[in-house]
Amino acid sequence: MENIIEIKDLHFSYNNAEDGSGEKPQEVLRGIDLTIGEGEFVAVLGHNGSGKSTLAKHINAILLPTQGSVTVGGIDTTDEERIFELRQCAGMVFQNPDNQIVSSIVEEDVAFGLENMGVPYEEMRKRVDDSLRAVGMYDYRLHSPSQLSGGQKQRVAIAGIIAMQPRCIILDEPTAMLDPQGRREVMATIKQMNREKGITIVLITHYMDEAAQCERVVVMDKGLVVMDDTPRAVFARVDRVKEIGLDVPQATELCWELRRAGVDIPGDIITEEECAEALEKIFG
Amino acid sequence: MPILETKGLTYTYSPGTPFEKTAVDHVDLSISEGELIGVMGHTGSGKSTLIQHFNGLLRPTSGQILLEGKDIWEDKTKIRDVRFKVGLVFQYPEYQIFEETVYKDIAFGPKNMGLDENEIKRRVLETASDIGLREELLERSPFELSGGQKRRVAIAGVMAMEPKVLILDEPTAGLDPAGRDKILSHIKAYHERTKNTILIVSHSMEDIAGFADRILVMNHARLFCCDEVKRVFGRAEELTEIGLDVPQITKVFMRLRQKGIDFGKEVYTVGYAKELLLRELRERGRL
Repeated sequence: MENIIEIKDLHFSYNNAEDGSGEKPQEVLRGIDLTIGEGEFVAVLGHNGSGKSTLAKHINAILLPTQGSVTVGGIDTTDEERIFELRQCAGMVFQNPDNQIVSSIVEEDVAFGLENMGVPYEEMRKRVDDSLRAVGMYDYRLHSPSQLSGGQKQRVAIAGIIAMQPRCIILDEPTAMLDPQGRREVMATIKQMNREKGITIVLITHYMDEAAQCERVVVMDKGLVVMDDTPRAVFARVDRVKEIGLDVPQATELCWELRRAGVDIPGDIITEEECAEALEKIFG
Repeated sequence: MPILETKGLTYTYSPGTPFEKTAVDHVDLSISEGELIGVMGHTGSGKSTLIQHFNGLLRPTSGQILLEGKDIWEDKTKIRDVRFKVGLVFQYPEYQIFEETVYKDIAFGPKNMGLDENEIKRRVLETASDIGLREELLERSPFELSGGQKRRVAIAGVMAMEPKVLILDEPTAGLDPAGRDKILSHIKAYHERTKNTILIVSHSMEDIAGFADRILVMNHARLFCCDEVKRVFGRAEELTEIGLDVPQITKVFMRLRQKGIDFGKEVYTVGYAKELLLRELRERGRL
């Protein structure tokens, strides 16, 4: 598996420009080493202020390292000549759907990136239609985004990104402002993009159940990567995860509590199916 | 006497136009003084429209809202008093902060109520302490604070008006687990001190489960139910059908029930599930 994202010894401070205040700038990222393979589905967890959004913004060059390097699809993010190529390779979806919609018609919004890239009309028409179909929003192509629900708007935002045929999509808490139905729609769309188009997904989230659906979980704390493993292995360390200020799925917590009370039940359960099965073995 | 009541409350947006939509349809509700109520419903279910009636931001198309037994629209000129009695904290309230210092921002509401300086000061200090803002923060600019702190400043601003009913629209949206637990525990502390009525809108069943006395569920403009937490989660299958999420722990026990192992329908917190299972094991002599 080829690495699509390579982050080496990444340090970053805000206000690193001399502002004359004499204050020592605070390092938000303090030496991150991380590689992500093409086609991976990775969740990034961390409490507010852990640096996870700052890290995400480095992947498509919204922020540039104070020290160290970030390479995406072989392009160094500090290479100004290739910045458009880089952003086409790694698209970003943000938290608030209302802040990333630019047009008054859904299909025009999806076409926005393509127009900027100078894609010919026929090709653009096809890509817009294909992307809208891929996220299940084709029937809404002539609607105004203002008539859509939050989940639908996020799917339109994702369509706008996939129309640019990126190899990687970074999503910064894309479901934080959505209701359960909207969250399910967006998660299903992201998983489908990963499975069917092989797009690498970096999902930043506060929701442990979303992280549990990924292949790999990277946990950040105080500007460092402190855990990097399968969701099963990460959540099995309940004490450590809680110490960082995060939660584990309730199924995991229940099994962990039962184990502590002396019950013989596996310690690496993350889904409700597994939990119900384990309990069936004990109580059935 | 209930503190807040609705009778046949109905609200229609854009009546008489092609966009006509009834967002709240004949809702009858009764909320007692001191209750802590969770409000749930999928997007578009009418819950936001409903809560905007409680402090007179919207006027019903038909039906009534009674505050302490009196129709709030009986005398239109008194609606300002209703807004002092029923405080509404919107979603992402930190965007509404505007003052130079935290103190001034929290004091804004009480000041508008025409209270004297001493009373304002007492309220600012008391609510700041309730919501967990240290005193040294009060003279800082609210814009220097973290997101979670700003949100608490905004909530304190409404609490300082000492409303008899406090309504919070998704107070934990966008916060991490630690920030979420912090806000909820402070709201709980405020509730214990003041014994005021509180309504919390949330999409997170897990938040509400361990917290509220009753849960009010809206579905397609109608009141689906307003009942004790355990009774509402006892209807977990129906809740899932109407687009709501039930706590993961409840789903585990739903699956067990499908497998023929029935621990009852009222499991909705990890703590309760643990006690229940351990008790069962002890009874079977296996622990």
